[in-house]
Amino acid sequence: MSLGTLATPYEDDVPISERGPASIDVTAGFGFWLFLLSDVVLFSALFAAYAVLANRTAGGPDGLHLFNRPYVLLETACLLFSSFTCGLMALAFGRRSAPATYLWAAVTFVLGACFLGLELSEFTRMIGEGAGPTRSAFLSAFFTLVGTHGLHVTTGLAWLVAMMAQVATLGFRPVVIRRLLCYSLFWHALDIVWIGVFTIVYLGPSHV
Amino acid sequence: MMGKLTWDAIPFDQPIPFVVSIVVVLGVVAILAFTFFKGWWPYLWREWITSVDHKRIGIMYALLAFVMLLRGFSDAIMMRSQQALAAGDAQGYLPPDHYNQIFSAHGTIMIFFVAMPFVIGLMNFVVPLQLGVRDVAFPVLNSVSFWLTCSGALLINLSLFIGVFARTGWLVYPPLSELAFSPDVGVDYYLWALQISGAGTLMTGINFTTTILKLRAPGMGYGRMPIFCWTALSSNLLIVAAFPILTATLAMLLLDRYLGFHFFTNDGGGNAMMYINLIWAWGHPEVYILVLPAFGIYSEVIATFSGKPLFGYRSMIVATLGICVLSFMVWLHHFFTMGAGADVNAFFGVMTMVIAVPTGVKVFNWLFTLYGGRVRFTTPLLWSLGFICTFVIGGMTGVLLAIPPADFVLHNSLFLVAHFHNVIIGGVLFGAFAGYTYWFPKAFGFTLDERWGKAAFWCWLIGFYLAFMPLYVLGLMGATRRMQHYSDVGWQPLMLVAMVGALFILAGIGCLALQLWVSIRGRAFRRDLTGDPWNGRTLEWSTASPPPPWNFAALPQVEGTDAYWGMKLIARQERARAAGEPSRWQAIHMPKNSAVGVVMAFFTTFGGFALIWHIWWLAIVGAIGVIITALTQAWRVETEVEIPAEQIAAFERSRPQGAIRGEIA
Amino acid sequence: MSEQSMSGRTETRAHDAAPGVERPTHHGALGYLTGLGFAIVLTLASFWAAGTESVWGPGVPVLLAALAIAQMGVHVVFFFHISSGPGDTNNFLALAFGVFVVGLVVFGSMLIMANLDANMPMSMEHLMEMQR
Repeated sequence: MSLGTLATPYEDDVPISERGPASIDVTAGFGFWLFLLSDVVLFSALFAAYAVLANRTAGGPDGLHLFNRPYVLLETACLLFSSFTCGLMALAFGRRSAPATYLWAAVTFVLGACFLGLELSEFTRMIGEGAGPTRSAFLSAFFTLVGTHGLHVTTGLAWLVAMMAQVATLGFRPVVIRRLLCYSLFWHALDIVWIGVFTIVYLGPSHV
Repeated sequence: MMGKLTWDAIPFDQPIPFVVSIVVVLGVVAILAFTFFKGWWPYLWREWITSVDHKRIGIMYALLAFVMLLRGFSDAIMMRSQQALAAGDAQGYLPPDHYNQIFSAHGTIMIFFVAMPFVIGLMNFVVPLQLGVRDVAFPVLNSVSFWLTCSGALLINLSLFIGVFARTGWLVYPPLSELAFSPDVGVDYYLWALQISGAGTLMTGINFTTTILKLRAPGMGYGRMPIFCWTALSSNLLIVAAFPILTATLAMLLLDRYLGFHFFTNDGGGNAMMYINLIWAWGHPEVYILVLPAFGIYSEVIATFSGKPLFGYRSMIVATLGICVLSFMVWLHHFFTMGAGADVNAFFGVMTMVIAVPTGVKVFNWLFTLYGGRVRFTTPLLWSLGFICTFVIGGMTGVLLAIPPADFVLHNSLFLVAHFHNVIIGGVLFGAFAGYTYWFPKAFGFTLDERWGKAAFWCWLIGFYLAFMPLYVLGLMGATRRMQHYSDVGWQPLMLVAMVGALFILAGIGCLALQLWVSIRGRAFRRDLTGDPWNGRTLEWSTASPPPPWNFAALPQVEGTDAYWGMKLIARQERARAAGEPSRWQAIHMPKNSAVGVVMAFFTTFGGFALIWHIWWLAIVGAIGVIITALTQAWRVETEVEIPAEQIAAFERSRPQGAIRGEIA
Repeated sequence: MSEQSMSGRTETRAHDAAPGVERPTHHGALGYLTGLGFAIVLTLASFWAAGTESVWGPGVPVLLAALAIAQMGVHVVFFFHISSGPGDTNNFLALAFGVFVVGLVVFGSMLIMANLDANMPMSMEHLMEMQR
């Protein structure tokens, strides 16, 4: 079953804009969509800072020498597959199937946690090599951009746990379904931002 | 245990802040004690503090704005008097360190805690009523927005008593705002206060954009929406698009200060100019966020008091959306002198001039609305006429500044200061006062005294011109902004004139306060019994004054623009039906009050204070408090309260006969 | 007596659609699988493009940008289910506005900062060059 979509038409000749207040599902979904767009603008400011500061390495290491592409490919795979399993979770709660919802949520969580673990160990390695965020403007921008994305992923994992707790205690009532839909929007959006990150940050520096 | 906080933070050795602090603390304690012993706390908690009603929240925003106007204006009086005195050998009475905090606080407070709350408060109160719906899309989020704004305001005010404020100006440019040059807590107060209130504002943007696009009465297509709602939509779209830039940029500065990053530092490859670029990418849309709703207010007021529909409704919408988009394409004009090439400067100069065009379209539409109408010179209309004259002058000086070579002479001079006060006071503040006077009877059930209202207007108008026209001249003579002292004694006469202007404005504020006092005292004689004291054109005037919590017993069916005007015309031809039959009405579900806003703000205030003073354990407690509050709200199942049909019928019966209502069951 | 909710109507069956909600034209898991498949191909292509010798050097950033935008589009269509249909107009316009702002912020900042760098040289030699 799907929510808030094409059911019996209100009146064929009345445009959507004149049908009166939209349903809570549509309203909540759109509001969250706007929040996601605002989050994307926040990332764009961080991307802009990264782009401007990328070559200001203060004599320290640059991206070419720090980044390990196969490693990043593995991270990307984890996040991409977690986005896919999140979609399967959406189909599961769309059917109101609790076991399938928990299953796909768990897989999504594990994949997301793997992504985070890989990222954290990359950060630790870099800091250990003296390439921490306080070394140069480039590294400040790198750690902030990628780190903010990582913080969003962490928040997403915490939110997923909270949502499963809501499903377990409150069941699939409408407000919980709305929140699950918002969650899946959030999780997909994080993968979209990651596309920007791996393209610009990790694949950007070219082998001369 | 207490981070950097010690007894030294309290300004025992500085008489002015110290005395003011004592007075304010005593005043706050007195108010708290008075309200407590009167037994008002349960009422205030239940009806106002935990309210999720957009009308109540709007009123609270406006109240915050008025209180902070007093603080911001005291800063202004201090600056004016210092500049009136400190010419040549005289040093005035404010040491530079103190003066720098004053002008920084003045700008920060006026923009973020006076103008923004005032405009947001008016949008809060009016927009759902004009759209013919019961509340905004996310009422609990609305309450959170308000209380987070209060949390930020509280932190700024705390800086007066505990510690210092930033000395950097209201946008805290690095490298001055970096740790190397501002090691104390002043900049941190600024940053955390704005991050907290900025989050609230972003939530407002999302809330209102969703409300206007998704929640309107049946029949109210986009072409039938009141013009104030169109400008509110544009303003809130700008909030959603621009405020994240502010959040990111201030966060980068915070990372520099707290964790030693190098975004904007002088060393490590940092680029301070990137801060200025990003902050103005936010800053320019910000001023349009403020002025667009004011434009909407003028449209409503001028149409109502001309007795005519707004001239050129469609072109107004196009102009508004044009301004909305263009406002993102001009931001470099705030830093023409920072070193961009002539080509880049020219592009942004031209774009800045282009944005004056849709604004001009609006001015002509207002004039054509007045022309041929039966104009009633009420206080709101006076504010609007004052706006048209004043804002046009300010706009023209803006176009002048948009020419890069001219700006090279005038950047950061008093000419610039005069320009932006011209457009903000003449545009935003006059609009807010017009809206306040216009919608006051709707909010409180009685009109404001016209005599004191007019007196306030004239004091403000005369005061504004006396205070700021000399600054244009001084700017052309070479006076720069933010001067604690100047050596050219020839400037002093103009500074004195400006001081007199400030005193007129003080009188204007006094008139506003008196107006309120007199109106409240005489409210029995000023009651708005019909709900439509001005013969209005839009739906808010079809409700009672004040409206019931549910706004409309049944949502109106809208047939055209100026929805209520059309209904009145129809109703004059038919008798209004008796409203007292209970079977006509159905029960309504309204959102329940929630304490999540005020509780969350409580934790953000402590958390913010803790972060400022490096009291890490308290910061963690604050963060955990915020998270737990959010989770508590997430598990709340009883989110609505039912208002029975009998109560609605009784309310409708109690409205005076002859009141014309347009709703259809 | 039917209930009125906050929106004042009984359960609205609007054509208006929330983002992320399944549209009838998509076929459940197949839609997500298709999206995943495209995304995998585009990701691998990006990683290949970044390291390969077969593409002319200066063209690599353009190729990477195209692949990234394509993959973002795949996510928007297959995971977000956003289309340009009538129920999605608000969602689509909001997205367009967001993209507009992102473009301005990122490319505007890059252009402006590069312009500043070019016009404010760090070496005396370059500075004298500009004075000529």
